[in-house]
Parts: sequence; C-alpha cells; structure tokens
Amino acid sequence: MTSASVTSASSTVKVRRSTMASYIALAVSIVVVIALAIGPFAFLTKGNQQNLVTLFIYIIMGTMWNLLAGYAGMVSIGQQAFIGVGAYGVVYAADQMGVGPIAAIPVALVIAGVIGYLVSFLAFRLSGGYFAIGTWVIAEVIKLVTTQIQTLGAGSGISLTAFSGYKPALRIATVYWMGLASVVIAVAVTYLLMRSRLGTGFTALRDDPTAAATLGVNVTRSKRIIWVAAAMGCGLAGALLAENTLRVQPDSVFSVQLTATMLFIVVIGGIGTIEGPILGAIVYFALEHFLVDLGAWYLVILGIVAIIMVLFLPQGLWGLISGRGRISLFPTGYRLMSNQASTTPVANASADTTA
Amino acid sequence: MQWANAVVQGVILGGLYALLAAGLSLMFGVMRLVNLAHGALAIVAAYMGMVLVNETGIPPFATLLIVVPVMALAGWILQRTLLNTALNRQALAPILVTFGLAVILQNLMLELFTADNQSIDVGSLAGASIQITPNIAVGVFPLLTFVVGVAVIAGLQLYLAKTTTGRAMRATSDDREAAQLMGIDHRNIYALATAIAVGLVGLAGVFLGVRTQFNPTFGDVTLIFAFEAVIIGGLGSLWGTLWGGIILGVAQVVGAQAFPSSGVLLGHIVFLLVLAFRPTGLFPKVVNG
Repeated sequence: MTSASVTSASSTVKVRRSTMASYIALAVSIVVVIALAIGPFAFLTKGNQQNLVTLFIYIIMGTMWNLLAGYAGMVSIGQQAFIGVGAYGVVYAADQMGVGPIAAIPVALVIAGVIGYLVSFLAFRLSGGYFAIGTWVIAEVIKLVTTQIQTLGAGSGISLTAFSGYKPALRIATVYWMGLASVVIAVAVTYLLMRSRLGTGFTALRDDPTAAATLGVNVTRSKRIIWVAAAMGCGLAGALLAENTLRVQPDSVFSVQLTATMLFIVVIGGIGTIEGPILGAIVYFALEHFLVDLGAWYLVILGIVAIIMVLFLPQGLWGLISGRGRISLFPTGYRLMSNQASTTPVANASADTTA
Repeated sequence: MQWANAVVQGVILGGLYALLAAGLSLMFGVMRLVNLAHGALAIVAAYMGMVLVNETGIPPFATLLIVVPVMALAGWILQRTLLNTALNRQALAPILVTFGLAVILQNLMLELFTADNQSIDVGSLAGASIQITPNIAVGVFPLLTFVVGVAVIAGLQLYLAKTTTGRAMRATSDDREAAQLMGIDHRNIYALATAIAVGLVGLAGVFLGVRTQFNPTFGDVTLIFAFEAVIIGGLGSLWGTLWGGIILGVAQVVGAQAFPSSGVLLGHIVFLLVLAFRPTGLFPKVVNG
C-alpha cells in the first residue's frame, strides 16, 4: 500500500509492502467471510455453526499466543487466565449486570484487558522460562480467587442464562455471527498492529534488542501493549467459549490445557506469521475431530509432533507452503523490489519469518 | 500452640519443596534453561517408585537405588538429544520443547495409570511421629524428607564449590566460550548437570509419592511450587532455594490454618508479594549455582 522509491547508483529499487499474492488473499478472505456470514441461511446446520465457533475460538487463541510468542518473544503458559476471565466476564455482564449477551462481549473484553494490564506489572518482573511459569502462577491465582466468589458459582461454575429468551436457532446463529466478527477483528487488529510502527519495532527488537533500544524502541511499553492486546483477545475467545457452551466451569476455562492448545496451534501452523496460526487452528481442529477416539494418546502424539516441529521445522506448516516466507498473504514487513522486474524481490526484509 | 504447630509443619513441608526445587535451580544456574517438564518428571519418578514397591515388594527406600540412577540416565540422554539441540535453536525452543515434553509425560501417565490418586506405601513409617511438645508432633517421614532436602542442597553447594566438575559447571555458567577455551566441553557439562538435576527430581518424586497422594496431573503444581521456592529464595542461590521452600511451606500451612482450603492460594500470594517488592528474591545469590 505504501511504496517509496529509493535511487541507488546502479538501479532504482522500490520498497513495497503488499504483493499480488496479498491482494488476492485479501479478496479471497473477503469472499470467504461473506460466504461464512450467509452460511446460517443457506448451508450451515446448527451443529456446523457450533463447530465453526470452536474453530473461530482456536484461530483467535492461536493468533493471540502468536502475537505474544511469535512477535514479542514472550512465552506465556498463563493465557488460560484471560480465557477464564472472558468466560466469567461475559456471564457476569450478561446475567448479573443485565447488558444482554451481545453487549456483554465487549464488557468481558475490557475486564480481561484491565486485569491483563494490572498483572503485567508482576509478570514483567520475570523473563524467559520463568516468565512462562510466572504467568501460570498468576492464572492459578485468578482461578483460585474466582472459585472463592459465591456470585460466580464458586468451585462448581455458572451457567449463562441471558439467551433464555432466544430460540435455539437464533441463539446459535447469533453466537456464530459474533464468533465470525470476532475472528475477523482479532486477525485484522493483529495484522494492523504488526504492520504499524509497533510491529516494525518488534521486528527490530527480535533481530537485535540492543540496536533497537538504541534507536528508541521502548521495549517494556511495546511489550505491555502486546500483552494487553493478547489478554483482550484471549478474553474474547473465553467470552465466545462461554456463549457457545452456555456453561462456565473453573477447572475447564482456567485449564492450562488451553494454553497447550495455543502452543500446538502456533507451532504446527508456523510461529511469527499471520497465516501460521490460522492454518494451525484449522489443522488442530481437524486432527481433534479425526483423533478424538485416541483419548490421551492424542495429546502424546501432538506433543511429539510439536517438539519435532520446534527443532526441525521451526517455520511450521506455513513455512513449508510459503517457501520460507517468500510468499506472504498478509505481509507485515517491507520488501525491496527491483524496478526492472517488479515481481521478484531483490531483498527480503520481511517480518514474516522468525530469525 | 496451633500456630506454632502450623509453622513447624510448614518448615518441614518446605524441605520437600526445596528438594523438588534443587534440580530446577541447578539447571537454570548452569545453562539458563527452565525445564517446564520438571514437575512431570517428579511424578514419573513417583509412579516408578510405586510400581517397584507394588510389583517387586522391595522396601520403598530401596527403590531409590533404581529410580535415581534411571532418572539420572534419562536426564543425561534428554540433554544429549533434545535439550542440547533445543539450546542451539531460537530462544523460544527450550521452553516450547520442555513444555511439549511435560504434556507428553502427563498424558502417557494418564494412559498407563489413569487419573486415580495413588501413593507409595511405606507401611508403619507413614503414621509414625515424634512428640516434640504436648501440642506439636512431627511425622517421622516428613522430618526425614526435610533432612534429605537440606542435605541435598548442602551437598549440591559443596559439589559446585569444591569439585573439579562443579567448578567447570560454574565456569560454563559464567562464560561458556571462555570455559570452552579452557577445554571444557559444555555439552558434557550440560548433560551432567541435567543428569544430576533429573536424578534429584527422581529422589524428590519418590519422597513426594510417599508423603502425599498423587496423580498424573500433579506435575503442574509440583513445577509451580518448585518454581516459587526458587524465585522466593532468589535465582541462582541454592541456600536461597531452601529458604524459599521453607517460606512457601510455612505460608501454605499457616495460611490453611487461618483460611481452610486457601493454603495454596496464600502460598501463591506470598510468592507474588516477593515478586512485587523483592524481585531478586529474599536471598540473592552468593555463590553461583
């Protein structure tokens, strides 16, 4: 979308952000979203819609975890905290504050964001692996505190009743449309965030923290913005989870398994790209359906696959498909294009691949 | 007197936490690697001990002669294969790999042993206690665990301070390239450190399995408690880890005395308070370990 000319002694080079592939991807995405939006009138059963909401939740979860780990280098094992806060938040807002099931979602989002902001001051005292366990402890604390609150159903959980006036078909379609809107917004915001000055700063940070700090990238502030954004995104996923299942239980919405799911989605799909977590969520969703009979073995297999991918295919499946970042459907970086053959990049300063 | 009793029981519980945390502290100290599979490995050792006692009928303490070497060997292999490779990859790789390993181990145990609670039977020792004052009685086994915890921390500290390989570990921790120039192969040092750490996890896991009931998901809290002990005490300090374990144990037991069913939460809150006000821990490092 932005392009500027750089003249050098030998030839003219253009800096480009978008490519033909990215324009096509945008067009295809719009068509797919429109098709999905009219789905409930045409080709999607109630069961299909509920399953797709689960897929949307996975895409949001993967995208948020990737925002943290893939772009900002923060591995959190505590994102279930915000899933739980979002799930409880939506029930509290819809039923007890009485704002209704639709307006309850932004309320839950704000609650997750505020809690995320507050706990960042504790979590950011730690780094690396200890940051990972520290976020997990914070998630445990939030869960244990939640189970002490009687109006939230204490240890046994709480049901969402705000939909009681809706017919099932309308309720399911409403949740489905909100899920679709959420996934579009979550991916779009992540994409725009990573194309912004902030995203460029993170690319610089990832490549060389010292140089980036010298050039004025405010590390802590940037990380906090990403952290709060990811908390809100996970809160959104939790809110959709509660509305899709109508029941919130502390042991399931605060389960560390949710973060394990995010990790698998991101590692399988490809860390540090917009496309990776979307692809990973689709693969995870499909595997879950096909391997449901395997029980715990399913997670054993996923764990082994994830380790192999981290060690030997760190770019994930998207890395394989895109030829290590040469094709980018949602480009966040800058490319130098030769003017003579403007379709071939002469140098790739893309932010789409992790170092 | 109830409170004095709670403090004494908390201190003794802290010995178990220090024992559990020693390996985590060592691995971080030597190679800056946080092993997220640490808790799951402790539970693997507990199941190993349980199976040996139930199947062969050997005394519970004799199982240590098998569990500890097997776990140490497993740690050595783990480091030489997975973890050394992970340390050479991008910065996130060790965290992702050890978390993946934790998921694998936990779910393998779920398949093999179900989610039922188990424990290792030590017969009459389980109920034996010593009367200290009319109101305070200390269980013999918990006391033994505490003593072993202190001995392990002291032994590890001595090992790092006095032996040639211990010095090599500290040297590798301080400056890997310089240590390499002195002829130290860091891959061997790392493998040795992980062998010791996982062997100690094996020891801790068997004690844990005798002391409390456990199931495959207990790896999570085990990791969290061990981590809290390390952070409360201060990164890189083994004696700090012992104190961290004791503070955590006291916070949990005294907390449970004050607010039944909230002991664990109060332990977490003490940890968060330390993080908020003394992020370097209460006992910052003196000797690198």
